[in-house]
Amino acid sequence: MSAALLIDILLWGSVFGVGLIAFRRGPPVFKASLREGSMDFINIVPRIALGVIGSGYIAAIIPQEVITGWLGPDSGWLGGATAVVAGAATPGGPVIGFSIGTVALKSGGGVPQVVAYVVAWALFAFQRVILWEIPFMPARFVWFRCAVSVPFPFVAAAIAMVIGKP
Amino acid sequence: MSEPSPNNPAPAEDAESEPRPGRVRKPIGWSTIIIAVLVAVSAGLVWRRDGTVGVLEILTHDLSLFGGILPRVLAGCLLGAFISEILPHEKVSRSLGPKSGLMGLLIGTAFGAILPGGPFTAYPVASALLAVGADFGATIAMVVSWTLIGYGRAVAWEIPIMGTDFTLWRILISLPLPVLAGALGRFVYVRIYPQPAAKDDEN
Repeated sequence: MSAALLIDILLWGSVFGVGLIAFRRGPPVFKASLREGSMDFINIVPRIALGVIGSGYIAAIIPQEVITGWLGPDSGWLGGATAVVAGAATPGGPVIGFSIGTVALKSGGGVPQVVAYVVAWALFAFQRVILWEIPFMPARFVWFRCAVSVPFPFVAAAIAMVIGKP
Repeated sequence: MSEPSPNNPAPAEDAESEPRPGRVRKPIGWSTIIIAVLVAVSAGLVWRRDGTVGVLEILTHDLSLFGGILPRVLAGCLLGAFISEILPHEKVSRSLGPKSGLMGLLIGTAFGAILPGGPFTAYPVASALLAVGADFGATIAMVVSWTLIGYGRAVAWEIPIMGTDFTLWRILISLPLPVLAGALGRFVYVRIYPQPAAKDDEN
């Protein structure tokens, strides 16, 4: 996929860019950060392996219909709250999250609810939080970040209601 | 990134001696155990439903996915390490620290929006920012911005699956959220963890 390739190029380009800056600060700085980054990588790989390889099983046992069922056309704030729970509970990567959103839209889900769902999924998907966010960042920050983010799917849904789009 | 270094040489010894919060990692934490149990139970359920073939099918698919992701994880780790090494502590705490105000939140938001890659980039970089003096507010703005308006996921996944219209409106609706999240984070943070701003330097 060309989009993925583009992102890879940007990603490695940034790595080389900052690597070059580090190198110009002197080889010791460069070596230290190279070692630091490699150690991070080695430490993180087992957990990423567990998560990526295991997430297929988690996704396989939570049927998508269950989650789309939660996003029914019954509007209002209860629908928004359901969307938030559904977003947080959606296992698997972006393909699953967005596919569920699309299915919900096509099967008559309200647009604000689907916006709330997508935003909640982006903010809270439990699998991403547990697999990626907590291993890489201080746990206290992650929980704080999640707690503070709770209102925002509702804010997004409210904006969607007000502007009446998409 | 575009800034040439000579006018602001980062003292290497300073970076060396600095303790790095959030960079000390236990190989196995409780979250790993939870996820392992969850995976084992799910795999067991899949096995009961689809048999060994079903289990192996998912395993091969996810193994190839894992192989594809690995280089990006490495890139993310290196990016985080380089950034935490070359960003001057003083400058980061000034422009992204607790006193950086709206500007700090806007910088965090902009940074999250332009950061390439997936979680393997965003989280190591956010962790590096925390380590070199950004506060919770600016870092929250960055993480939320990356997840809501970062172009990487939108271009690679959301537009193909959900359509351009929905994606663009969704992103437009999300534009103010990272700044609001960062502001709320800051507002709550100073009330939960009251401490003089100067203390943040030791964190």
